[in-house]
Amino acid sequence: MEETIFACQHEETPAELELAIPAHLLRDDLPLPNPSELEVLRHYTRLSQKNFSIDTNFYPLGSCTMKYNPRIAHEVATLPGFSRLHPATPAVAAQGLLRNLAELQGWLAELTGMAAVSLSPAAGAQGELAGVAMIRAYHQARGDTQRQRMLIPQAAHGTNPASARMAGFTVTELPNLPNGDLDLDALRAALGPDVAGIMLTNPSTLGVFERQIQEVAALVHGAGALLYYDGANLNAILGRVKPGEMGFDVMHLNLHKTFATPHGGGGPGSGAVAAASRLAPYLPVPRVVGEAGSYRWESHAERPESIGQLSAYAGNIGVLLRAHAYVRRLGHAGLRRVSAYAALNANYLMHGLRRQGYTVAFAERRATHEFIISVQDLHKASAVRALDVAKRLLDFGIHAPTIYFPQLVPECLLIEPTETESKASLDRFLEVMAQIRREALEEPELLRNAPHDLPVRRVDETLAARRLQVAE
Amino acid sequence: MSQVPAQLRYSPTHEWVAQLTPGRYRVGITDHAQELLGDVVFVELPQTGQAVQAEAACGVIESVKAASDLYSPLSGEVVASNAELTDNPQWLNEDPYDKGWIFEIQADEKDFAQLLDVAAYQNSIGE
Amino acid sequence: MPYIPHDNAETAAMLEAIRVPRLEDLFDEIPPALQSDVSALPEGCSEARLRREMEERAAEQAPLRCFAGAGAYAHHIPAIVWEIARRGEFYSAYTPYQAEASQGTLQLLYEFQSFMTRLTGMEISNASLYDGASALAEACLMALRLRPAAREILVPEGLLPHWRRVLDALLPMQGIRLRSLPQDPHSGRLLLPEENFPEAAALILPQINRFGLLEEVDALAHWAESHNLLRIAVVNPLALALLKAPGDWGEQGADIVVGEGQPLGVPLAAGGPYFGFLTCRRDYVRQLPGRLVAKTVDAAGQVAYCLTLQAREQHIRRAGATSNICTNQGLLVTAATIHLATLGANGLRAAAARAHQQAQRLRALLARLPGVELPHAGPVFNEFVLRLPRPAPSVRDGLLAHGFLAGVPLIELNPADDPHDLLVACTELSEDEDLDGYASALAGVLGEM
Repeated sequence: MEETIFACQHEETPAELELAIPAHLLRDDLPLPNPSELEVLRHYTRLSQKNFSIDTNFYPLGSCTMKYNPRIAHEVATLPGFSRLHPATPAVAAQGLLRNLAELQGWLAELTGMAAVSLSPAAGAQGELAGVAMIRAYHQARGDTQRQRMLIPQAAHGTNPASARMAGFTVTELPNLPNGDLDLDALRAALGPDVAGIMLTNPSTLGVFERQIQEVAALVHGAGALLYYDGANLNAILGRVKPGEMGFDVMHLNLHKTFATPHGGGGPGSGAVAAASRLAPYLPVPRVVGEAGSYRWESHAERPESIGQLSAYAGNIGVLLRAHAYVRRLGHAGLRRVSAYAALNANYLMHGLRRQGYTVAFAERRATHEFIISVQDLHKASAVRALDVAKRLLDFGIHAPTIYFPQLVPECLLIEPTETESKASLDRFLEVMAQIRREALEEPELLRNAPHDLPVRRVDETLAARRLQVAE
Repeated sequence: MSQVPAQLRYSPTHEWVAQLTPGRYRVGITDHAQELLGDVVFVELPQTGQAVQAEAACGVIESVKAASDLYSPLSGEVVASNAELTDNPQWLNEDPYDKGWIFEIQADEKDFAQLLDVAAYQNSIGE
Repeated sequence: MPYIPHDNAETAAMLEAIRVPRLEDLFDEIPPALQSDVSALPEGCSEARLRREMEERAAEQAPLRCFAGAGAYAHHIPAIVWEIARRGEFYSAYTPYQAEASQGTLQLLYEFQSFMTRLTGMEISNASLYDGASALAEACLMALRLRPAAREILVPEGLLPHWRRVLDALLPMQGIRLRSLPQDPHSGRLLLPEENFPEAAALILPQINRFGLLEEVDALAHWAESHNLLRIAVVNPLALALLKAPGDWGEQGADIVVGEGQPLGVPLAAGGPYFGFLTCRRDYVRQLPGRLVAKTVDAAGQVAYCLTLQAREQHIRRAGATSNICTNQGLLVTAATIHLATLGANGLRAAAARAHQQAQRLRALLARLPGVELPHAGPVFNEFVLRLPRPAPSVRDGLLAHGFLAGVPLIELNPADDPHDLLVACTELSEDEDLDGYASALAGVLGEM
């Protein structure tokens, strides 16, 4: 075990400081450590070695698109000309940056089939909030103020209902049919003059493409409501299907998924919003406007209908530059190959696991970029749970898939290999899953006590919550 | 199979109800409910004096991986709550029918009589 | 093709295994009418070509000595900070939901939380939010959950205008009113309000206000206490190396503390990614938005870390969550934690003191120039307002040619402000020769106008 950095104490008398600040506004002591630089270097290097990461491990993590993060994107995004730029730098001194962002706005509009893009949301969830706030603003601008309800499928990401509520909506959940499609009868019954819109992911979180999407769009629009597209699964259809052409009115993109920017141990994300022309006036500020040589940030005065500003500046520029570099490097053909190989890898794993005896949800459907298996049969046979399968995978150096999501499928694992994994890597995953299946039936304790070979054994999350020691 | 004591009444939302005196009832969650929730880490209790409606949320039970509203099985006034649960949420797992009681309510006897009996509750949870 | 490893034989073998003739057939469930392409996008390019293009565009941003602040500051970042933070094990790791495979990130976040509680004098810190301004909006929502009968938040006009705009965008959607409290026009500091605010949940207290001035936080916190208002402190984390911790303000201390984490090892990067921090009293932990890491044990009884109280969060509580936020700013917090450890208590105090002293020096130097005035007399940390004899935006533009980003014109933050006012910030990077250079360049530019 590595002690915390607070164990590195060297007694040093703080220097007397000459300050032109009244004493009653100052603090008496600063209870922080003073480690040496080498101690810091070793401590955090050792901590890093306790992590799984894309650079060291395969992450078949459904709904998260854990693909390789190209290093060239990091290198160009952190060029001093970009990284040292103060956010208040006038446009005349930031043309190179603004040109990149203007290009990215245009490229994302083309990829999504939308009229306009704002890059400012700091993450997918903030993009969702922006999108539903735009729907709210649209209805209000038309005097259609009774539309207070947002429809969301039960299988949606948790951020969808949470974002809708932050925008002041109430939420009505919609069921899915046994084949994974949305229940259109339930949709018809739910639609009414108080419905503002519907939030959908397509492909859905069940790993299948919603084939009735045009019908859904017609129904929703017919009832005076709008369609929000959660872009979390865009990797599945990148360069092939455009949400704008499916009938969606507004959407966000997860640049840290589809566009290969790093997850960074939990962030930063970046959640650009794209909108059809009738919602474009409400996009969050600021956007880049102008032409080559005269790019600038638009002013608030130019955008009186905008839902406003969601963070202090213009969003996660460093992430946007990485996404820009990714699109530039791959080009249109490269982006289409992303979705092709994401689908190939997912379908290959789905077939391989099914041959081993795993239960595949929606097995008669084509997998998109991800698919679901259920280990309820193992649970019945030997009380092994999806959690145990997940933890056992860690022993083989493979990150656990997403588990217990979507909640509709019992004891489920949501598996998304992404296009950047090789056939050899997928074959190894299949071998490991076959072994785990044997173990689950023959030596279930091996799974229940997993992991065995990591820096720590299974972590006691119950004690953590009951004791709640969150700082020292 | 979870424990379902015969002398109690039940709600479809997995609360048990014990009659203390006619008109005064003690409420907790069933063994089946605590199994579904997993290790409970926090309980938000209804307040004494609070008026509650049957089938309406009046508190929250949190486990590591889930948060579940606590529903009142009866309409009436909360007259006591088990403050010791605040420091001992694990009692809901360890002893849901005794130490893990949650609150007491003053309610109508006729409503109590409408609650599920053991057989009906067992049937509702497929046991 | 970049980053896709399959050769033709592997592709063929995989297609055969799944009994699909061609790659395109993988999309056969999608209605043909919806299938399109994106040939309007550019062709791909080599890594070398991409680097060349980006180096050319980066070079269009000529290096400037940065005296701009208003919430984002050009601080020195020790070389070690990003050397470690960009290690693949941090850079390319996922959110630490699988605790056993994420002990590095989890312990680091626990240390971050410990740094922030110590700096702010509070008991609980989350693992970060998007940025300071959105963290303040979350703090307001938290205050309203703690005071469910309340409808209002009191917002001093001393709050940075771009932060105020974020509150304006995020809070009224939920029926929350923001009530402005005026600053004294002469001193630039917050006036103690005379009236009562029965519908208000909290008072926001920015210590350092938008003119760079220090407020009398004890008196203001005490006023809020006596009016039964929660106190939401807004602080600069580097300034807290010197300034009184919000946990000690007034009689009872602040209830919630937020701030922009950028001064702690995060590059300016034209405005992001940065990170917001949020600390609070222990009693409020169940109303906390965002991720939280706890120290616990593993099955063998050894110390281990994991995410905790996840039932507050959207992936479990859905519409009932404390916030819709899913991410934290993990990579930035990684850098900030290493930055805090590298500087240590003494290094932080030294950097903060140097920034303050250089700001004092520059303020005195510039105030000597003809026609230049200081509109406010109160104490400052590292930033101050300069009233120029010419409109501030044109003076700022004039100084670009001399290699200086001279500051932020207040009118660009708030159109109602005096067009002659320029907000000027120093950091420990502001060397004496930079201050002298700034003063003479400003004299020159003003002389030409």
